[in-house]
Amino acid sequence: MNHLSARRPGGRGLLGLALTGLLALTACGANDDPAAEPQETGGGGSVVVGSADFPESQIIAEIYAGALKAEGIDADTKLNIGSREIYYGAVEEGSVDIVPEYSGNLLLFVNPEAEEESAEEIIEALPAALKERSGDVNLGVLEPAEAENKDSMVVTPETAEKYGLESLVDLGKVCDQFTIASGSTFQERAYGLPGLKERYGCVPKAFQGINDGGGAVTLEALLSGEVEVVNIYTTTPSITDNNLVVLEDPENLFIAQQVVPLVNLDTVNEEARDVLNEVSSQLTTEDLLNLNREVSGEEKRNPADAAEDWLAEKGLGGA
Amino acid sequence: MDYTSDNLFAQMGQWLVAPENWSGERGIPMRILEHLGYTGLTMLIALAVAVPIGLYVGHTGKGRVVIVSGIGILRALPTLGMVFLFVLLAGLGLLPPIWALVLLAVPPVLSGVYAGIASVNRDTVDAARAMGMSEAQILFRVEVPNGLPVILGGVRAAVLQVVATVAVVAYINLGGLGVFLVEGTQLRDYGRLFGGAVVIGVVAIAVDLLMALVQKFAVSPGLRAGRAPVRTQDSGRQKAVASAQGGTT
Repeated sequence: MNHLSARRPGGRGLLGLALTGLLALTACGANDDPAAEPQETGGGGSVVVGSADFPESQIIAEIYAGALKAEGIDADTKLNIGSREIYYGAVEEGSVDIVPEYSGNLLLFVNPEAEEESAEEIIEALPAALKERSGDVNLGVLEPAEAENKDSMVVTPETAEKYGLESLVDLGKVCDQFTIASGSTFQERAYGLPGLKERYGCVPKAFQGINDGGGAVTLEALLSGEVEVVNIYTTTPSITDNNLVVLEDPENLFIAQQVVPLVNLDTVNEEARDVLNEVSSQLTTEDLLNLNREVSGEEKRNPADAAEDWLAEKGLGGA
Repeated sequence: MDYTSDNLFAQMGQWLVAPENWSGERGIPMRILEHLGYTGLTMLIALAVAVPIGLYVGHTGKGRVVIVSGIGILRALPTLGMVFLFVLLAGLGLLPPIWALVLLAVPPVLSGVYAGIASVNRDTVDAARAMGMSEAQILFRVEVPNGLPVILGGVRAAVLQVVATVAVVAYINLGGLGVFLVEGTQLRDYGRLFGGAVVIGVVAIAVDLLMALVQKFAVSPGLRAGRAPVRTQDSGRQKAVASAQGGTT
């Protein structure tokens, strides 16, 4: 018995080899099917759409991929890659061809010295900055959408009333009494604590690093009074759901952040670019807030489903 | 910080030896202290919860099914998710994330204590009872000393898991060595990311070695003297012991 079982693995190995061979043969057969070919290669080549690690980026990536597929372009998705530092690297090394970006943060990332602040200036400055940063790869941005998602400093209506807060200028005067919550790296980023101090003289009493992308824990910390000011995105549904006050930003601490596809111009052809430009021409900030509510709110819709409905509504494909 | 090399391991090395990373409130020594502090606090709470239950169940044999299935459920909980859940339920602060780690530490301690007590030779226990020892005396003078190798094996497994997992508390406003992982990931600062991971690994190994020493010296010499283990008829117990030790012995 022992003797037999000791010999068995060898036997399995041979059987395995034979099976692999058979599978390989069958696979060849499938590839030879002429009817399958147009589906697989499509008209515009094959591209990979990536996204950052928060739902909105995933929704936009699904919208891009859905619109491309509707035009017969083979688009795979690689969602939830990570923060900008990581997904930009993925585009640079070629494992991802398209990724939804925010114009201002992208510019500051590729050129930390950049001083452009308005939407137009930023879009104009981006091509040169991308070339400077990643000369070996032909990176570029396509047409920007009207949709814009900026960081914003937000307080509860009670705090706003009590301290007479309307803008970050007002916040600067009483900042030392407040605790600010944001992602840990807000402490180091140009538009984070260093920028708040420089532009508004705001040095908070304390800082809480909450790394949930301005989600439930951040909101709970604000509503329960554990922190007074949080940094959340302007397309976050919880702002309107809780009547939160977004502090105005006259000094442009948070520069323009239009949604724009960052693409590898060598792998994303004209046809695919036209599709993405068409998407951008229709995407508004309000659309984004509503899509976010569908996906991150109680409904908890799958980003792909929400994207498909948006595409269908705009006549860009989908269900 | 500025690295002079693009190589991942070179950056890791540079980050690990840079003097500015070894001082101040955000330096490595301070983070190690925080890390060990959270680990210690977690273990204190976990021991306070799990040891009495384990002793009771091991000694009386009551509730064994409940404990074994309960342990299985606890082991399946994702710690990071629990951290967010407890913070949402109880707010920011030190304790909510610690509770999530306690859930991680309780199963190995509980199964170690329970199985350690249950593994003691029933003949020995019966002999003690026949000599007129009270139930408390039997538990603390016979069962605990005899079951100590298994009990400490469970505690050691718990400490190792906690010290390696404490990093998750950095996600929500606490410090510890996980800060380097969170920041390193967000900033794509690989030196900081992998340097932090190496420090966590070294700390975990050091703590485990320390626990191995404790295990070695805390056990009664009579049990260490290389006597052949006494076979009991109860094979279920043997299995429980083996699983509680979790390969750490």
